[in-house]
Amino acid sequence: MTGNLFYFLTFLTLFAALGVVFSKNPVYSVLCLILTFFTLSGHYILLNAQFVAAVNIIVYAGAIMVLFLFVIMFLNLNQETEETQHKSTLMKVAGVISGGLLLVIMIAVLKDAELGAVDTANFNSQIGLVENLGQLLFTKYLLPFELVSVLFLSAMVGAVMLGKKETQQRHF
Amino acid sequence: MNEIPEVIRTIPLQYYLFFSSTLFVIGIIGVLTRRNAIVIFMCIELMLNAVNLLLTAFSAYRSDANGQVFVFFIMAVAAAEVCVGLAIIVMIYRNLRSTDINILSNLKW
Repeated sequence: MTGNLFYFLTFLTLFAALGVVFSKNPVYSVLCLILTFFTLSGHYILLNAQFVAAVNIIVYAGAIMVLFLFVIMFLNLNQETEETQHKSTLMKVAGVISGGLLLVIMIAVLKDAELGAVDTANFNSQIGLVENLGQLLFTKYLLPFELVSVLFLSAMVGAVMLGKKETQQRHF
Repeated sequence: MNEIPEVIRTIPLQYYLFFSSTLFVIGIIGVLTRRNAIVIFMCIELMLNAVNLLLTAFSAYRSDANGQVFVFFIMAVAAAEVCVGLAIIVMIYRNLRSTDINILSNLKW
């Protein structure tokens, strides 16, 4: 049952990821990306990593996707603007071939990787829960956690600086 | 309460390796073949998510919580990166009336 769910979610994730890359309309790309994020959250739940699943939905599907959709609507991108900017077929074929070669190399390397067996004796299935991760985040990783807030502050200042209209800017 | 989740018992960790590699390569193909800056940005998000999934899978299989804390930090950095990157794309669009990356070749030679 869970195995079938894993294969189903994997198939759906890869299908949606291909949709992000190959759909002509950027709005469809964003919708496929949202589907990818939700299926990845399903994977996290299968792995009993509930905190990561919740954060994935809140941060990616909630915040980042709204930002992407907002920018696409704001810039009024659609299929017509997309069709005027075609890369040559040669470049597309070259990109796909080099990506495929990278995949072949990665699979050839990882096929024989020594991963070690699951330690059944002292396995703890509760590590992905909010309680455990919160404890770790506020004790061992307290300094990086606080530094992330500084990073967010600088990102916010940077976005406001970039979004501000400059005085000598060209107007359309 | 402490039983091993079924997916860890039935699915080998290597499947997650292959799956994440495939997702990562799809993101790379998107970056190489698309010309719209926003779509390239989405493909970068795809690659970040492939790495996140693999970190979570390793962390769950080894029952080591540190990997999932790292996933949390990667998500935080990705959110900051998207915020600044989209602001840059909007600024480029305001100046050039396009998000085509082939126009942005002033630094090429």
